[in-house]
Amino acid sequence: MHTSSTLVLVLAVFGASLVEMVEALTLVVAAGVSRGWRSALEGAAAAVVVLAVLVLAVGVPLIRYVPIDALRVIVGALLLVLGLGWLRKAILRSSGHKAPHDEDKIYDETVAELRADPSAAPARRAKGRDPVGFVVAFKGVFLEGTEVVLIVISLGAAQHRLGLAALAAGAAVVLVTIVGVIVSRQLSEVPENTIKTVVGIMLSSFGVFWVGEGAGVRWPGSDLAIPVLVGFFLVVFFAYTTLLRALLPTAPDAVAEEAAAA
Amino acid sequence: MTDAVARAVCWFGRFLWDFVIGDTPELALATGVIVAVAFLLDGSEWLGATLLPLLAAGFLLASTLRGRRRAPSRPTGR
Repeated sequence: MHTSSTLVLVLAVFGASLVEMVEALTLVVAAGVSRGWRSALEGAAAAVVVLAVLVLAVGVPLIRYVPIDALRVIVGALLLVLGLGWLRKAILRSSGHKAPHDEDKIYDETVAELRADPSAAPARRAKGRDPVGFVVAFKGVFLEGTEVVLIVISLGAAQHRLGLAALAAGAAVVLVTIVGVIVSRQLSEVPENTIKTVVGIMLSSFGVFWVGEGAGVRWPGSDLAIPVLVGFFLVVFFAYTTLLRALLPTAPDAVAEEAAAA
Repeated sequence: MTDAVARAVCWFGRFLWDFVIGDTPELALATGVIVAVAFLLDGSEWLGATLLPLLAAGFLLASTLRGRRRAPSRPTGR
């Protein structure tokens, strides 16, 4: 395996994990602030353990028992669906057709929802364990983390680098945890859309590469085709964003369209 | 125990459906087409290496254009 594709693998897994864990952190902090920290942290830790077990339970047998070409096609297809989806969302957000992801808004809504629950009485929170806080934190980390697990297993299995992929994801989890503990709030300053764009580009590149490789297409330059594909999808992202910005309707256009529709 | 396993399997099935199909079924379809084309191009070099990324970019454009239907309006004079 070439160094450049290893680097892209690490960056893709690290970036994807970073984005998902920042989203998970918002829910953990919301649960901690409104329902007590002990339960929120226990819920988050339990989810991380379950996710790690999933990586081992699914990833290792995949590498050992599934023929590599079949694995690459399946994994490539999975990465392509995910990567194109992330890229699509990033293009729509960058061009103004979709509202950016707002961690502050999600945090405020979650806190308000949890505080509205009558079982969130301060006396009860002070005692320690709170099942609602535990479940919210667990679900937040588990749901965001499942996507990371699929990326880790896919990229790791296709390149026979499951350990490295898991390590990159683990590093992102540790980084977000440390920063989260230090600032003790949601990380709304993280340029989530930019990271999501970069990861979308990388996942799409890996997806196309592995689908082709698994199906028997011979890539010129072998693994060196991956950075070329990354460059290609980067150009595609900027071109489409520019095109869609130009297609953004002006206010009178929108009014006219609505009137025509009515 | 069996109920818990069944619930977990159902949940994972729903998660996978949302993950692969979700609100962009055209991208799942596009991926299927790309996989099929890749198998048709088995053994090719430049043709496959050129066509597969172009196909992905083409499908991405179609899906993105579909996604802009509910576009917000932009104020005039910008």
